Amino acid sequence: MIQNILEISYLIASVTFIMGLRMMSNPKTARKGNLVAAAGMAIAIAGTIFLYENGSGYTSREGLKMALIFAAILVGTVIGWMTAKKVQMTKMPELVSMFNGMGGACAALIGLMEFHHNVGNTGPQMAVVLGMIIGSVSFSGSIVAFLKLNGTMNKPVRLPSYNIINTFIMIAVLAYGAFMIFSGTDSSVLLYLLFALALFYGVMFVIPIGGADMPVVISLLNSFTGLAAAFGGFLYDNKVMLTGGILVGSAGTLLTIVMCKAMNRPLSNVIFGAFGASGATAVAGSSVQGSIKDINVNDAAVLMNYSKKVIIVPGYGLAVAQAQHVIHELETLLEERGVEVKYAIHPVAGRMPGHMNVLLAESNVDYGKLVEMEEINPEFATTDVVLVVGANDVVNPAAKNDPSSPIYGMPILDVENATHILVNKRSMNAGYAGIENELFYNPKTSMVFGDAKDVLTKLVSELKAM
Amino acid sequence: MEAILDFIGTHKEVFYFVILSIFVGVEVIGKVPTVLHTPLMSGANAIHGVVIVGAIIVMLDTEMSNIPSLALGFLAVVLGTLNVVGGFVVTDRMLEMFKKKK
Repeated sequence: MIQNILEISYLIASVTFIMGLRMMSNPKTARKGNLVAAAGMAIAIAGTIFLYENGSGYTSREGLKMALIFAAILVGTVIGWMTAKKVQMTKMPELVSMFNGMGGACAALIGLMEFHHNVGNTGPQMAVVLGMIIGSVSFSGSIVAFLKLNGTMNKPVRLPSYNIINTFIMIAVLAYGAFMIFSGTDSSVLLYLLFALALFYGVMFVIPIGGADMPVVISLLNSFTGLAAAFGGFLYDNKVMLTGGILVGSAGTLLTIVMCKAMNRPLSNVIFGAFGASGATAVAGSSVQGSIKDINVNDAAVLMNYSKKVIIVPGYGLAVAQAQHVIHELETLLEERGVEVKYAIHPVAGRMPGHMNVLLAESNVDYGKLVEMEEINPEFATTDVVLVVGANDVVNPAAKNDPSSPIYGMPILDVENATHILVNKRSMNAGYAGIENELFYNPKTSMVFGDAKDVLTKLVSELKAM
Repeated sequence: MEAILDFIGTHKEVFYFVILSIFVGVEVIGKVPTVLHTPLMSGANAIHGVVIVGAIIVMLDTEMSNIPSLALGFLAVVLGTLNVVGGFVVTDRMLEMFKKKK
């Protein structure tokens, strides 16, 4: 009876996950969808705590144990809630990566604890060992991704022929895992060694990948954790873990592929390094010729004030400078003066797909003004001024005309078709991909150096004075 | 080999279940517009926090005398909760911004 109630609560939770994900595919219902899934999760957790029974009678609910469980949930809730509420919008990608790592670690710990209960039981032991390996890789990989996005570790670290080394480690981990499953060993030392090796592989897997590719990596690690959760579901024959895990596993994989498509690179390229050694030499080889033209804020304001159509290209620099509110103010001012203003959103602008949308939505920019790349590209030819704020690689013409460039083949925003190009950057430093941008040397381009927020604030006050 | 085949045979419902779930996952996500990719990734991230159910099961099945296991289980539940709560709250914060618009 009680077990049936638990199964029903799992069924409800599974349905809410599917419905939640579905509702998240529409901006109108997205927020409700998230809450629906969260409610389902609460039901599944509460059901497990109060109703779960292991068939063989191990399960016990001593007061102290229950207190421990509630204490753990309380600690996790308080920390998770506070971090999620406090963090700035620019830090979202890091945070998602961090929470993903926590889920991976949770799966890995479950594997560590369940191993001894399933020795000699090949089927379940496979679920245990694979769940532990994948969870560990996801955990250490996410932490490296977090550090990279954070800027703590911003240079890709590459050992010579790291691809061969990594493939070797991966095979070693899998062979070791197979040994643990089939040999029937119950050695804790061997188990923890496997755990350490899997953690090490996670680090080695992510560390050579450039920061610009982190969104793809996070999405991939996200589906890894989903898979690890699904193995847990396998082990306990727990349907809600299976649905949740598999849903995220397949959805995450699809999302990863979609992101790769936006960058016009196959997934294997991201992992095995199109940004590798050949890319680095290309940067050194093709030094861009020409001179940079500076423009002061006053002239830039005049230029924009007397144009008919302005397209703003936001990038990560806008997010870093927290300039989303000022740019909205600028947009409103220009619109009041009869200038048509639109935002051109490159699919990988910022550090995550949709990063710019989230950021601009925060400052109440009208949803309809955010135009995606394919739609806006033909419009640049009829645009008077393009204002590039803190974006670099997504407007780099090298992606079109320099086959030796590491970003060659990535679709970009055709800003060079506009009459004037204003580029706001902090300095002449290269973008995230670490390559020169010949757009800045284009005779149509004028540079406005400075922090995005400062420059935009000055632009706004100049415009107001006009 | 025998063991693996046995395992698949006795768990065939689970295999059906897994394959159907994969299709559901792909179908459900397939229609998401680019603008919602970040919140979606974050929402999916929260959902795989369901792994916490496994952590709770481990704790419930551990004897009180097994202190190391209880400690690990405690840690696993904390981490799982972080994943769930943090994931859903962050997603909600992202989506809150979209809601005002339309």
